[in-house]
Amino acid sequence: MDLADLYRDVIIDHNRNPRNFRKIPPPCQHAEGLNPLCGDKLQVYLKLDADNRIEDLSFEGSGCAISVASASLMTEALRGRTRAEAEELFEHIHAMLTGREEPDVATIGKLAALAGVREYPTRVKCASLCWHTAHSALGEGETVSTE
Amino acid sequence: MSAARQETLENRPVFDVEAVRRDFPVLHQEVHDKPLAYLDNAASAQHPVQVIEAIAEYYRRDHANVHRGVHQLSQRATAAFEGAREKVQRFINAASEREVVFTRGTTEAINLVAQSWGRANVGPGDEIVITHLEHHANIVPWQMLCEQTGAKLRVIPMTEAGEIDLEAAGEIIGPATRLLAFTHVSNALGTISPVAELVRLARAVGALVLLDGAQGVPHMRVDVQALDCDFYTFSGHKMFAPTGIGVLWGREELLRAMPPWQGGGDMILAVSFEKTTYNELPWKFEAGTPHIAGGIGLGAAVDYLERLDIDAAGAWEHELLEHGTAVLGGIEGLRIIGTSPHKAAVISFVLDGVHPHDIGTIVDHAGVAIRTGHHCAMPVMDFYGVPATARASFAFYNTKAEIDRLAAALQHAREVFA
Repeated sequence: MDLADLYRDVIIDHNRNPRNFRKIPPPCQHAEGLNPLCGDKLQVYLKLDADNRIEDLSFEGSGCAISVASASLMTEALRGRTRAEAEELFEHIHAMLTGREEPDVATIGKLAALAGVREYPTRVKCASLCWHTAHSALGEGETVSTE
Repeated sequence: MSAARQETLENRPVFDVEAVRRDFPVLHQEVHDKPLAYLDNAASAQHPVQVIEAIAEYYRRDHANVHRGVHQLSQRATAAFEGAREKVQRFINAASEREVVFTRGTTEAINLVAQSWGRANVGPGDEIVITHLEHHANIVPWQMLCEQTGAKLRVIPMTEAGEIDLEAAGEIIGPATRLLAFTHVSNALGTISPVAELVRLARAVGALVLLDGAQGVPHMRVDVQALDCDFYTFSGHKMFAPTGIGVLWGREELLRAMPPWQGGGDMILAVSFEKTTYNELPWKFEAGTPHIAGGIGLGAAVDYLERLDIDAAGAWEHELLEHGTAVLGGIEGLRIIGTSPHKAAVISFVLDGVHPHDIGTIVDHAGVAIRTGHHCAMPVMDFYGVPATARASFAFYNTKAEIDRLAAALQHAREVFA
């Protein structure tokens, strides 16, 4: 396994310049994600429009390159999707990160770059934390923890 | 003369690290097609073949329950297990083997003192004093005790260099202090605590002293009587023995007065439904069948360290620390966290623009094992305003070449994220 398969250019780029790295002023939906093992802490904010479509989505927090890039890529991927479409993508990403599905660029686009973490079991949580947090923000908005 | 030392022409002892490395089978393997450099010893140290063989031999020939059977195997197992206790007693210079209580590890030893001594002796208005440098294992048991008894937990602050603030300690330790609990050596930063000064402050107000020695015993000669503390706690697996075994040393008169912690077999002399008579020290605190193989492995690790010449090993570790501090400190953007002149062979650091977990994965690819995270010392991380650090921790079997490989891997990490 080559290190470059984990730290692909797209991941390095999104870590260095995270997209939508900001707070959305209330009213919005919000959830917090914690990874106690790493000390990662993530806030996900999202705003749904009248049609239940994600009008705006952002995040804040600190974490490793995988977690920051994953969150950044996620904010781009989810914008404009309906709640149901977002949940569907969440399922695909989860299946990919846990090795149940092969990355399919046609369905998940740039997010396929995260596939490298499958070779690093201790790092899968880094990539999945933001998705669990967004899932929570779409629902009850509770704090989620990877522990 | 010990096998691990050679005399040079100047008659100066030189530590023969290559000879020592041959005793540790696990070191001789490749990780990601690179030779393993194991620099995560503060999390858990590796085992010499002498320890592995002692455990294997026990399981092959001698296994039976201890303190019970009249048959040959039970006698052998008991002799080996209690023999290990005597080895530990001599190793830390305890006054008697009755003062050596086997536990699962440092954490359990501290919990034992908190729950047994603490609940019998601490009440509202009393204070337990710890420091900002503590591992969670020396924070949480005292928080639990304070919740149960109405006592107050007070924390001695730390300095920017990662040392216990002695001036503040003098103000915090006072007439209400019942116990001062602090780390002998910080696991997160490597700082060696000024034990004598802190013990003096505690003695002046009549408080007891507990030392968390998990990182002390692996790095230096420990003499519990010279340290003049009341309780000393440590773990087997940080000192080349198995996991699941550790030691609570306590002064005999204190242990004698303390109520048992857990009830069960082995900790009793006689049981009826009306009354139970508890066993003598140290078994009063060892309910249930103990980790017999672990105790035997710990005894073998003590034998190994005695033969090794712990002073020569300590001097080599100090050389590794100096080399590591110079080499890692020379990397652009690298900041060493914890800069006390009094340190064990531990280097905690952060690297500009690279999260510790990414550092961990990248150096792992170079075959180098280090720890990344909060090191079970979240208050220390908060103090420095970092979520985590990377930590290289050395044992006497490490080499300067391994540290150089860590440095090269860190340079590579900088390039990946440049």
